[in-house]
Amino acid sequence: MTTKPALKDWPLWEVFVRSKQGLEHKHCGSLHAADAGQALHMARDVYTRRQEGVSIWVLPSSAITASNPDEKGEFFDPAADKIYRHPTFYEIPEEVGHM
Amino acid sequence: MYTQSMDIPDGAAKKPTAVPDAMSEQEAAFEARIAADGRIEPQDWMPAAYRKTLVRQISQHAHSEIVGMLPEGNWISRAPSLKRKAILIAKVQDEGGHGLYLYSAAETLGTGRDEMLEGLHSGKAKYSSIFNYPTLNWADVGVIGWLVDGAAIMNQVPLCRCSYGPYARAMIRVCKEESFHQRQGYEALLVMMKGTEEQKAMVQDAVNRYWWKCLAMFGPPDADSPHSAQGMRWGIKRISNDDLRQKFIDATVPQAKVLGVTLPDPDLKWNEARGHYDYGQIDWDEFWNTVAGNGPCNKERLATRVKAHNDGQWVRDAALAYAHKQQERAIKEAA
Repeated sequence: MTTKPALKDWPLWEVFVRSKQGLEHKHCGSLHAADAGQALHMARDVYTRRQEGVSIWVLPSSAITASNPDEKGEFFDPAADKIYRHPTFYEIPEEVGHM
Repeated sequence: MYTQSMDIPDGAAKKPTAVPDAMSEQEAAFEARIAADGRIEPQDWMPAAYRKTLVRQISQHAHSEIVGMLPEGNWISRAPSLKRKAILIAKVQDEGGHGLYLYSAAETLGTGRDEMLEGLHSGKAKYSSIFNYPTLNWADVGVIGWLVDGAAIMNQVPLCRCSYGPYARAMIRVCKEESFHQRQGYEALLVMMKGTEEQKAMVQDAVNRYWWKCLAMFGPPDADSPHSAQGMRWGIKRISNDDLRQKFIDATVPQAKVLGVTLPDPDLKWNEARGHYDYGQIDWDEFWNTVAGNGPCNKERLATRVKAHNDGQWVRDAALAYAHKQQERAIKEAA
């Protein structure tokens, strides 16, 4: 049985859906499409068949730059020892109440 | 919809090798994360065998969703009412969607969509054997919803906690939609059971033909399931084949009673001591024969799938040509 190469030239797109007005767009998956317009239509059919979204972003997967998990330690380290950035670092007399 | 597939090697796949002699630092970190029930994400280091197992399992799962559209798609043009037709179209579209979520999850492991489809179309990759049986009457569509999707739900719910993040997230989406599939099927059968004697007989006939096939969907008994132990250790599989099968039977027997059908197993009876239903012997020879490609519809399903793909080639080509043309036009206008 012979088949033709499928989707080889259709680039991969990442899909982000805003579930309702006032919330952020969240990544929900990816799909192949010939261009951005088609990617939007397909994202609607694949990821919002039950009104899961009011807005969709698509962007080429190749456009994403990600941090390297192997360098997670060094990369995020600068935040690790700054406990004074958290409100619980400060002791406030009880009579002050909620602050 | 799902599948015994996690236990079925594609072609001449080998068993994943067990414990390596000297663990690298990366391997130790991976093992520690798995031991702590943590999640693995696409960019994380993972053993080659873990990656390979996941690609096989997720792509087989995706193939099952796509091929699963065929037995029911068969009935879209013959649904008994506009309401049932609309429901069936929505359900079949969902199956296509499930396939796409899963292909997308599998692709994060570095295997291309075209490669996976090639595996399906060449017959090298497996899909759930349940779809290699024919849908002979309208009640089959109801029974597929009730029993096949019911079995799928049993299988898929634990996969929402799979150690591989993208697979687990895809399964959460799938499970949310799967409940509609089961309920619409059961309800369609309830309606038929309130109908004529002929209609009731159609339901019973469909149940008789599908019951044992559904029990086989959970895969071979634990003792004969070579991949299960490793899958469990890696947190890919959470509940064993036999335990899932038992859960399914225990949940389904009362549903059959409400529906008013019998399940075709003389050995099926409540075991007070075990707190479960006992059941008869599954015909594994028949199961393996179907997996091997000799079921009643294997050839037809694959041929239909390949034809649909090839017939759609011009659409994919045209979309790409249009995209290129638009791009060139945009570049010219900018110049």
